[in-house]
Amino acid sequence: MSDIKPDVKMKPVDAVIVGFGWTGAIMAKELTEAGLNVVALERGEYRDTYPDGAYPKTLDELTYIQRSKLFQDMSKSTFTFRHSITGVAVPYRQIGAFKPGTGVGGAGLHWSGMHWRVLPEELQIRSHYERRYGKKFIPEGMTIQDFGVTYAELEPHFDFVEKVFGTSGQAYKVNGIVVGDGNVFEADRSDNYALAPQKVPYTAELFRRAAKAVGYHPFVNASSNASGPYTNPYGCQMGPCNFCGFCSGYACYNYSKASPNVNIMPALRMVANFELRANCNVVRINLDSSKKRATGVTYINADGKAVEQPADLVIASAFAYNNAHLFLLSGIGQPYDPVSNEGVVGRNIAYQMMSTIQTFFKEDTNTNPFIGAGGTGVALDDWNGDNFDHGPLGFVGGSPAWCNPAGSKPISGIATPDGTPAWGSAWKKAVKKSYLNTVSFDCHGANMTYRDCYVDLDPTYTDKFGQQLLRFTFDWKENDIKMSRFVTDKMMKVAEAMNPESIKVSVKNVGDHLDLRNYQTTHWAGGTAMGADRKTSVVNRYLQSWDVHNVFAVGSSVFPVGIGYNPTGLACALTYWSAKAIREQYLKDPRPLVA
Amino acid sequence: MKIIGISPHRRNFLRKAVGAAPAVALLAGAGGGLAMAVSKDQPAYKPRFFDATEWATLSALVDRLIPADAEGPGALESGAHEFIDAQMNTPYAYGALWFMQGPFVPSIEQFGYQFHMAPRELYKSALAGVNAVVQKQSGKPFVQLNAAERDAVITQLQKGTLDIGAVPSKIFFNQLLQNTREGYFCDPVHGGNKDMLAWKMVGFPGARADYMDWVEQYGKKYPLPPVSIA
Repeated sequence: MSDIKPDVKMKPVDAVIVGFGWTGAIMAKELTEAGLNVVALERGEYRDTYPDGAYPKTLDELTYIQRSKLFQDMSKSTFTFRHSITGVAVPYRQIGAFKPGTGVGGAGLHWSGMHWRVLPEELQIRSHYERRYGKKFIPEGMTIQDFGVTYAELEPHFDFVEKVFGTSGQAYKVNGIVVGDGNVFEADRSDNYALAPQKVPYTAELFRRAAKAVGYHPFVNASSNASGPYTNPYGCQMGPCNFCGFCSGYACYNYSKASPNVNIMPALRMVANFELRANCNVVRINLDSSKKRATGVTYINADGKAVEQPADLVIASAFAYNNAHLFLLSGIGQPYDPVSNEGVVGRNIAYQMMSTIQTFFKEDTNTNPFIGAGGTGVALDDWNGDNFDHGPLGFVGGSPAWCNPAGSKPISGIATPDGTPAWGSAWKKAVKKSYLNTVSFDCHGANMTYRDCYVDLDPTYTDKFGQQLLRFTFDWKENDIKMSRFVTDKMMKVAEAMNPESIKVSVKNVGDHLDLRNYQTTHWAGGTAMGADRKTSVVNRYLQSWDVHNVFAVGSSVFPVGIGYNPTGLACALTYWSAKAIREQYLKDPRPLVA
Repeated sequence: MKIIGISPHRRNFLRKAVGAAPAVALLAGAGGGLAMAVSKDQPAYKPRFFDATEWATLSALVDRLIPADAEGPGALESGAHEFIDAQMNTPYAYGALWFMQGPFVPSIEQFGYQFHMAPRELYKSALAGVNAVVQKQSGKPFVQLNAAERDAVITQLQKGTLDIGAVPSKIFFNQLLQNTREGYFCDPVHGGNKDMLAWKMVGFPGARADYMDWVEQYGKKYPLPPVSIA
C-alpha cells in the first residue's frame, strides 16, 4: 500500500536495518564498525536474557512452547497456505509446523543452537549435479540453481561466525590435515571450532555406537551451546552450557546458547553510532521516482504512528520469507509468476524434508531425555548432499541424520510406541514406560525448489496494518519424498542395531501433502534468491538487489534451494560476505556491484 | 557486558527449592499413594469460568481421558480440569494468540485450525452439545453414564462422528485432549500437575535445569525429585 502517509519523519541515517535477528545484528555490527550511523528496526518487543530468559521462570513448557511466548504474535500477522496454484489459501492460524520469531534477537533468541556450515556442492547444486549425472538428471520443473558464491569464498566467514557464536565442535580437517574424529565429509577448514565439542548425552551415545556398528561415520556435531566459558571477538561472554534441556523455544538463562542478544548486542550497546528501536514494524522500503534507489523505510511504531526513516542504505534482514514479503509490498523487483515463469520475487521457496525414527527400550534403560541442549548430539553425513551415488537412485539431494537430545518435556515430548491410544489408561501406561526409555533421531533433509512452489501476496487476508499477507503455494514433491524414504531406510539399520523393544518411523509417502499441524522445522528458505543471473535471482552474489542497488537482503531468504543442514551458519556467513562487499566495495562507490 | 554467574534470583530459588523439600524425603514420598493424601484437606475448587453443569461434564470427560489407576494420578487428581478453568481467563482462551480474522473457510485438515471459535466459546458450546446429544441418545446427562459409556462417547468425539452442535466434535476432542495433557503435565504454577505427581510418575525433574554432572552418567537413574518454578 503505497498510500501509507508518514505522520513523523526522522533524521536521516546512513543505514537502516529491517529486522533484528542474527543477520540484522551482524549487519549492524559490521556497518557501525565501518563508521556508519545505523538504526535497526525490530517489529517485536525488546528482549534480553534478563528478564526474558531469567531462571526459573523461563523453564516453563506451557508458557514458552504451548503458548508460544517468544514466537511471532499470530494475532497481528500470519501467512496463508495452499498446496497448488489452483487452490484457495487459508491462514496458518496457530503455530504448528514452524515457529517464526519476533522481538529483539528474532528466532536467534529461541533457536536450538545447531550450527552447520554447508556442503560445498550444495552452493553449486545445479552445476554439480549436471556435471556428475548429466543435464537430464534434474527433473523438469525443479528450479534449483547455484548460489553464485563458492565455499572457498565463504570459508573465512564460516570461521568467523563460529568464533562469534562460540561454536563447540570437533574439526576433521584443518588446512588439509586431519586433526580429529570430526565429520569425514566436512569440507576443509582454516581453523578449529571455537570450543571443544560438547559432552554427549546417553541417547546420542547409543546412536553413535549403533551408527559405527553398521559402518557409518558418526561425529559429535557442532553446537552453539558453549562447552566451556568463552569470550568472543566482540568481547561478549558466554557461560558453559549445563544441559538444562530448555533451548529450542526458550531464551537461555545461562548465557550459554549463542544469540544476537548475548553475542552481539553487548558490543553494539557500547557504540554511539547505533540505535535499536523495538516495536517498529516496517511496512515499506521507500523508493525514489526512478524506482532504482531506496530513500529509506516507513514503519508503524508502538503508538500506531507511521514513521518515515530516511536512509542511504537499506538492509532487509527480516526472517526468511519476510524479506520477499517486504520486497513485494515495496515494489522491488518483478514478482514471480509461475505460469509464465517470469519474474523473480517470491520464486524458489524451500522447506525441509524431515523423518523421525523413535526406538523404545525396556524399563530402567534411563536414557534421561530431560538432559540435553538444543545443538548438542551426534550426527552423520553419509546420506547427505551428494556424499553417495545418486545415479541409480533418481533423485536430487540428501539428509544429514542426527540424534539431537535437545531436552524433551512432558507436554510435547513423550513419544509412545506404535499403536498406543491417545488417551486412557493404555496411553498413561505407555508414557510412563516410554519417557525414560526412548531414543529418537531424525533425518533432516534438503528440499529442492520447484516452478510451482513460491510466495506472493494473498488476495483475501490482511495483517493488523491492513497489508496483504504473504501467501505460500507449496507442496511436497516426489523427488524429495523419495530422498527422504531412501535415507530413512538407511537409518533404520542404525535403529535396528540399537536393539530396542520396538521402533516407530514417521516418514512421508509419495503423494503426502504439506501438513502444517505438527512441528517440523522453522527452516524456510528462498523468496529473494541470490544468484549470478538476474532472470532467476532477486539479489546478486553480494546479496544486493539487482533493481535497487542500495538495498541488500540477508538471511535464508537468499538461499536459492533448500539445504540439508539447519540454515543459521550459512545465513550468517553469507551476511558477513555481503557486509564485506558493502564495506570494501559499495561504500566507496555506491553502484550495482555486478553489472 | 553481562557478568556470567549465578544470579541472585537463581540462588534464592535454589535455596528455597532445596529447603522446602529435602531430596531424600521427597523421593521416599514419590508415587501414586501420596496423591490422594494431599488434596483431602483442601477446600473444593470453585470454577470461575464454567457453570456447575459444564464443570461436571468437563470433569467427567477429563477423568476418562486420563483415569486414575495404579500407574499414577488421574487428570482430576492432578487438577487438569482446574487448570482448564484457570486457562479460560487467559488471553489464550480469548483467541488472542491466534490469527482469528475471517473469512473462515472450511479447508483440509492439514492446514490446521480454521474454526471461528476461540476456546472460551468452543468449550461452552461443545460441553452443552455433548450433554444434549447424550441426553437425546440415552435419556441422561453425560455425568450419569458409566465409564464404558463415557468412553464410547469420547471415541465418537475423537472420530468426529458425534453431532454436538456448532463445534465439529473432532475439533472439540483435540482441544480438550491438548488442554488436559497440558493441565496434567504443566508446571504446577498454572494450576495443574498438583504436587508434581504426573512429573513424578514419568520421571521428569521439572525446573532442575542443571545436569552438567549427569550428562555422561549413562543409564543411571536421576535421583532428585522434580522442582516447580513456583
